Amino acid sequence: MQKIPVLSRLLLGIAALSLIILYFVPFWQILMWAPQYPEWLTMRFWLNDITGDVDIINGLNHYIGMKHIQKEMFKEFVYMPYIVAFLIVTGVFVAFWGRRSGAWIYLIIIVLTGVAGMVDYYLWGYDYGHNLDPSAAIKVPGMAYQPPLIGTKELLNFIAYSGPDIGGWIVVAAGILVVLSILIDIKSAFLRARFPSLIRVL
Amino acid sequence: MKINQIFSIFSSLAACTIIMLYSCKPKSPATVSTGDAASKVYVAPGQYDEFYNFISGGFNGQMSVVGLPSGRGFKILPVFSVHPENGYGYTEESKPMLMTSHGFVPWDDLHHIALSTTRGEHDGRWAFGNANNTPRVARVDLGTFKTVEILEIPNSGGNHSSPFITENTEYFVASSRFSVPIGEDNQRDVPINTYKENFKGTVSFIKVAPEGDMSIAFQLVTPGVNFDLARAGKGPSHGWFFFSCYNTEQAYSLLEVNASQRDKDFIMAVNWKKAEELIAQGKGKKVKARYAHNKHDEHTHMATSTILEEVLQLDPKELEGIVYFIPCPKSPHGCDVDPSGEYIVGSGKLAAMIPVFSFTKLMQAIQNKDFEGEYDGLPVVRYESALHGVVEKPGLGPLHTEFDGRGNAYTSFFVSSEIVKWDIKTLQVLDRVPTYYSVGHLMIPGGPTAKPHGKYVVGYNKITKDRYLPTGPELCHTAQLYDISGDKMKLLLDFPTIGEPHYAEAIPAALLKDKSVKFYKIEENKHPYAVKSEKDSRVERKGNQIHVYMTSIRSHFGPDNIEGVRVGDEVYFHVTNLEQDWDVPHGFAIKGANTAELLIMPGETQTLKWVPNRVGVFPFYCTDFCSALHQEMQGYLRVSPANSNIPLKFTLDK
Repeated sequence: MQKIPVLSRLLLGIAALSLIILYFVPFWQILMWAPQYPEWLTMRFWLNDITGDVDIINGLNHYIGMKHIQKEMFKEFVYMPYIVAFLIVTGVFVAFWGRRSGAWIYLIIIVLTGVAGMVDYYLWGYDYGHNLDPSAAIKVPGMAYQPPLIGTKELLNFIAYSGPDIGGWIVVAAGILVVLSILIDIKSAFLRARFPSLIRVL
Repeated sequence: MKINQIFSIFSSLAACTIIMLYSCKPKSPATVSTGDAASKVYVAPGQYDEFYNFISGGFNGQMSVVGLPSGRGFKILPVFSVHPENGYGYTEESKPMLMTSHGFVPWDDLHHIALSTTRGEHDGRWAFGNANNTPRVARVDLGTFKTVEILEIPNSGGNHSSPFITENTEYFVASSRFSVPIGEDNQRDVPINTYKENFKGTVSFIKVAPEGDMSIAFQLVTPGVNFDLARAGKGPSHGWFFFSCYNTEQAYSLLEVNASQRDKDFIMAVNWKKAEELIAQGKGKKVKARYAHNKHDEHTHMATSTILEEVLQLDPKELEGIVYFIPCPKSPHGCDVDPSGEYIVGSGKLAAMIPVFSFTKLMQAIQNKDFEGEYDGLPVVRYESALHGVVEKPGLGPLHTEFDGRGNAYTSFFVSSEIVKWDIKTLQVLDRVPTYYSVGHLMIPGGPTAKPHGKYVVGYNKITKDRYLPTGPELCHTAQLYDISGDKMKLLLDFPTIGEPHYAEAIPAALLKDKSVKFYKIEENKHPYAVKSEKDSRVERKGNQIHVYMTSIRSHFGPDNIEGVRVGDEVYFHVTNLEQDWDVPHGFAIKGANTAELLIMPGETQTLKWVPNRVGVFPFYCTDFCSALHQEMQGYLRVSPANSNIPLKFTLDK
């Protein structure tokens, strides 16, 4: 049973607890610019809600037959708060437990959650951008309106940007902290192997 | 001498004389601006002007909103006149705004603008305007740029001396240009030649409640003179109000001669704090009157008109200490108080000098009862005792004076067509610039406040002539912008204006820009015929009235097909604009309507009344280019004979 250093455990704990902020800030944003909207239209995703200029975006998108975005269409808003709660509890547990295997499992969970989130977002975006009302007023052959997964994309007269909001950056930071925690552990294990007298210090 | 020698001498002499005479013809003064004028008024595309300029429209009854220094026009803001462009005065909601005790009045003559102030400075809440012809005052909301209240002034003929304002917007005034007989019917039906006995002037003090509600606090009944302009005291003179008056001769015919006989007319000083005290002691007298009070409600999007029946009057002849007259030469026009509140500038429009009165000296004279006599039973202060001094030979026909906050005054001269800068304390003329032509009012941003922004002065001219490309006999009026930041005034820009500008005010853009309303919240719409969701749109019949509860959203009406309407029905289209975004108005018009279109702002409900007088199918459509599919925003209404049994039916995409 390999224990990890105190500093590593501390970083794991901070990473897990920082995720609490996700309940208070949006984690993802879509920004849209057009000549008529120099002020940018925004859409922000929270753990359990969507805010911003949703009505205006819906009003514009009805011309091209995109679905009306509304809170109810995202079942994710129901279970996302629990997923984050699970991540926080697991992280805190792993930090207390202090086992090397725990840290690695936690990293895998976080990465898998992130990947699953992006896949889910891609699938929603694909459906939203492709599944168009056949009676829409404006039909551009071959044109789909899938928002970019991450980054910037031109869609007719709009430039759309998709990327993390504050909460998203916190998740990224938490991931980095977990990786850092594991690196510190590896480094200390390496040092311990070469300089056994250092054990007591670390 | 041979005859041909004489002839050649004579002809060369004649040629010389002609050349000499021709070269004697004076040249017109140069009329070009100099140097970097263009860059000083250039506001680059996408950039904003530094000031909002609210300019009275005179005989168009409107205000216009212009940017300074560019002179670009942004908006015509209808106040006392109907405005078919946005349905003002035509929609069922706005018609009550133009109701008076005389019935519906679709036009008036708006001369002066006063912006609300707090502690003597602009606060950006409201603009007030006066109606000269059918006496009224109006309040414009500077968040929505909309006329939200109009109050009729009873016992007044011609509300010219209005709406000048006190430093905390406690009151603004409405005083009568034309004295008229007032009171009951039998007191008003009198021969015109009994002017001296029966004609009275009135000065109304209009109170403004913190949320904006206007009411006549009291009305002073004065001798029958013509009130012209006014200014409130400020700082040390706060609590006093000054009114210029002419026709102290009390002429009632050929006034241009008969009202110009006396060497001096008056500035009337009113102690309104004293009037308040006397009212608190119960000294006022409530008299019967009939006048309309019209208010717009931002939540129902509707104006209502109420007739009021009573007004509180004070007779300064019975109540001492309210009114004092100060002699002022030659039919004074402007009556302007400097930013410190100490100096009162009278501008005798037939005078060749400008008298400046001192508030301190006036108070001493009143305290010492230093009077030179009485006018119609009211004390007249000795001219010399109230006088600070005289600006000698400033020009001809002084009209109005504004201030730059650096101790300088700027007076407009109609007859000599110029603006003259002079020092308030030393009374020395410092500079003069020509105007093109015959300037009336002039304006410095914040000029009437305690803290003017003395960067520009704008002259609003009465004569335009050759300043622009000609447009037939009727020309635009013109304004000129001068830089006054240096010692010398510099002409920067000519710009055409709307209507006939009289007084104007300007306010820093920063005070208004960010609080400008972008749209009305649909959930706050309390219009009784509002529809907040397309699925609730419908048509209902009540006797011969048809009420269409209609919605508009890019880019269709709900409903857009209506049948079962009969000839002679009164059809009311109550159109709610469901949009909730900036700059997405929808319009509404139907063939044959004897009224103007609707222009409905997002979140607003407006009503067009239409009485079809023939059978047929009538198209209606959106008049404001709202989206790429605006041309598709249309509908049909079928009208059947009066005795038809076709049931009422409405659809949208069915």
